[in-house]
Amino acid sequence: MMKHESIETNAALLIIFTLVAISIGGLVEVVPLFYIEGTVEDVKNADGKDAVRPYTPLEQLGRDIYTREGCYLCHSQMIRPFRDEALRYGHYSLAAESQYDHPFQWGSKRTGPDLARVGGKYSSAWHVKHLTAPRSVVPESIMPNYPWLNENDLDTGDIAAKMATLKAVGVPYSLTKIEYDANVEKFGESVAKKLDINMAEKNLMEQAKLGNYDGNPDKLSEMDALVAYLQVLGTMVDFSKHDEAEFVKFR
Amino acid sequence: MANSAVMGSATAGTSVSSGAIEQYNYDIVKKFALMALFWGIAGMTAGTYIASELAWPFLNFDIAQITFGRLRPLHTSGVIFGFGGNALFATSYYIVQRTCQTRLWGSGLANFTFWGWNAAIAIAGVGYLLGITQGREYAEPEWYVDLLITVVWVAYFLIYTMTLLKRNQPHIYVANWFFMSFILATALLHIFNNLAVPVSFLGIKSYSLFSGAQDAMTQWWYGHNAVGFFLTAAFLGMMYYFVPKQAGRPVYSYRLSIIHFWALSFMYMWVGTHHLHWTAIPDWTSTLAATFSIMLLMPSWGGMINGIMTLSGAWDKLRSDPIMMFLITSLSFYGMSTFEGPMMSLKSVNALSHYTDWTVGHVHSGALGWVAMVTFGSFYHLIPKLWNTTIYSVKLIYVHFFLATIGILLYITALWVSGIGQGLMLRAFDEYGNLAYSFIETVAFMHGPLVARAVAGIFFVAGILLMTYNVWMTIAKRETLRSTATSAAKA
Ligand code: HEC
Repeated sequence: MMKHESIETNAALLIIFTLVAISIGGLVEVVPLFYIEGTVEDVKNADGKDAVRPYTPLEQLGRDIYTREGCYLCHSQMIRPFRDEALRYGHYSLAAESQYDHPFQWGSKRTGPDLARVGGKYSSAWHVKHLTAPRSVVPESIMPNYPWLNENDLDTGDIAAKMATLKAVGVPYSLTKIEYDANVEKFGESVAKKLDINMAEKNLMEQAKLGNYDGNPDKLSEMDALVAYLQVLGTMVDFSKHDEAEFVKFR
Repeated sequence: MANSAVMGSATAGTSVSSGAIEQYNYDIVKKFALMALFWGIAGMTAGTYIASELAWPFLNFDIAQITFGRLRPLHTSGVIFGFGGNALFATSYYIVQRTCQTRLWGSGLANFTFWGWNAAIAIAGVGYLLGITQGREYAEPEWYVDLLITVVWVAYFLIYTMTLLKRNQPHIYVANWFFMSFILATALLHIFNNLAVPVSFLGIKSYSLFSGAQDAMTQWWYGHNAVGFFLTAAFLGMMYYFVPKQAGRPVYSYRLSIIHFWALSFMYMWVGTHHLHWTAIPDWTSTLAATFSIMLLMPSWGGMINGIMTLSGAWDKLRSDPIMMFLITSLSFYGMSTFEGPMMSLKSVNALSHYTDWTVGHVHSGALGWVAMVTFGSFYHLIPKLWNTTIYSVKLIYVHFFLATIGILLYITALWVSGIGQGLMLRAFDEYGNLAYSFIETVAFMHGPLVARAVAGIFFVAGILLMTYNVWMTIAKRETLRSTATSAAKA
């Protein structure tokens, strides 16, 4: 049998054995998740189309602001399957709901409440007021004020490049006709249109105008994008149309 | 026989004369050590500041650059990579030279690791304030900083390995095993976790290669092993050298250190998923992680016992030697947090503790109690050796010790109250089965403990400031001595 002393006296052996020891855990636990089907649920609407879609250009820019400001350091986006969380936040989160999230923003600390299903919970006007000065609506809040979100113009210049990059890492935005058609098949036509990179700029302006998220129709601000993002969180899957047993088997 | 070799290398150098000092590259060790203090002050001050923001939110001052979300990564990177990283470079370069009885390989390259590493932290840190981040906890630096870190790390690996290869000792001393395992694991974690595609070649923004559940798994595989290898294995390397040195005796059990090393290296990599209990990942991964977390208690405590028992027969040093007080207290906190950790990885406990301040308190009992305390102890031993002198004031070491200890105890206790309290409130129901408390009521409840935590931070920062003063005076004293000696020689 090999003596431990041979490792202690040979740097190469030490390196090799250590590499083996530290590699196994990750290989067994992490790597399979990329291959096992069912890690991410396949959630369909009644019409057979995918319930969860990639973010629209405006929402994605809002998401970038969310990461930029470090909202994830105070807010989670991952509801756990407990009674109190169901009452407070809604149905527990599915893996499918964050499948297009690069990076994931599940968070690890709830200094503020979970935001996974904050979409539709408040009016956009409330969000604007809250984000500008949280203590004006919730006096005991310890969340920072974000007044500059109203003042800063939204930088839309690189939206097409951003979407193309996200496409490269696996988000089904479309560039070609073939990809567009595949999206019509997968998500339905109205969604597919929003995922078309060639139309990114136009789609973005349209959504901002229609949504008027920041309450100021003359200005396309960072607030527009961030609120558009907050308002879509957790709204893609309509749980009233699904049987609970459908999701439990994935856990 | 192996035992005597260890003893030999662990005590080697007590008789080193001043002539032998050029035998080693101490210059690089000095630089890293002083830089560690610099980042320690910066990172811990940032930490105390953001802690105060949570207690008194007006401190955000509506200045984007200093809001909690942007300053927090500066705190974590500052203390982990700035303070911890520089301390590890310093001590590992020192230990590998002393235990191999050879000069560090590649002094130009070693200088590169110094400038490269610190430039990376500075660039990343300024970036955070401007809102440049990957948005993944503890892996916030953007792709170009990640590349720089990768290059530095390869250089570090090369320097370490080459120095081991040219050693003048048959055995590779156990401290070096831990450092090697830290270097290898960090490389693995850093590279795989930071796989990302930049939006443009000259742009700063990138998107992570993975998404959702897979991104979460990769990130916490990284996140927890950054704790396991960066903040544990490497600091154990520090412990395995400086505790025997300061105690003047060999490591308690050589056999235990072998078991400790392999069990720790193998098991840590399994436990990251306990950060994702009850989330949208497959249950089996989280069960596996919890099981390994519990098992990890054994090697962890094996290491703690090995360190503390090294002092057996010299227990009086716990009273008479403030450096020993730092080292042994750090091991006690190591023991405590490696008990608390497995407990919190139980799914039932985690259901309450996750997302609360309890986790934050736990991290700090490890980070302040173990990592910072073992570093302080080691530095108080190391700095006078590097400058070939004695410490300016032993009394100030005592004061530092008490400031730090009071700070940590206050910190942990405050966050136990805040975390467990909030966890219980959030799951409380009234007699009709409705939620008993709204979220904001729990926020209001936490104000008291959060104030106490900020005060605890002030204690800890005061301690490291005092240490820096002591180190400064030690070096200054040495310089005056040297200049008077030269002028005397000239005369
Ligand atoms: C210092 C921690 C902190 C940071 C950083 C932070 N928040 Fe908050 N957030 C809170 C707290 C505490 C509350 C609960 C009190 C309140 O409603 O203001 C809250 C509440 C919220 C709510 C209301 C949720 C609900 O269901 O009532 C939203 C939406 C929100 N935050 C969004 C954000 C966004 C977006 C960001 C980043 C731009 C952010 N927060 C950054 C602490 C924080």
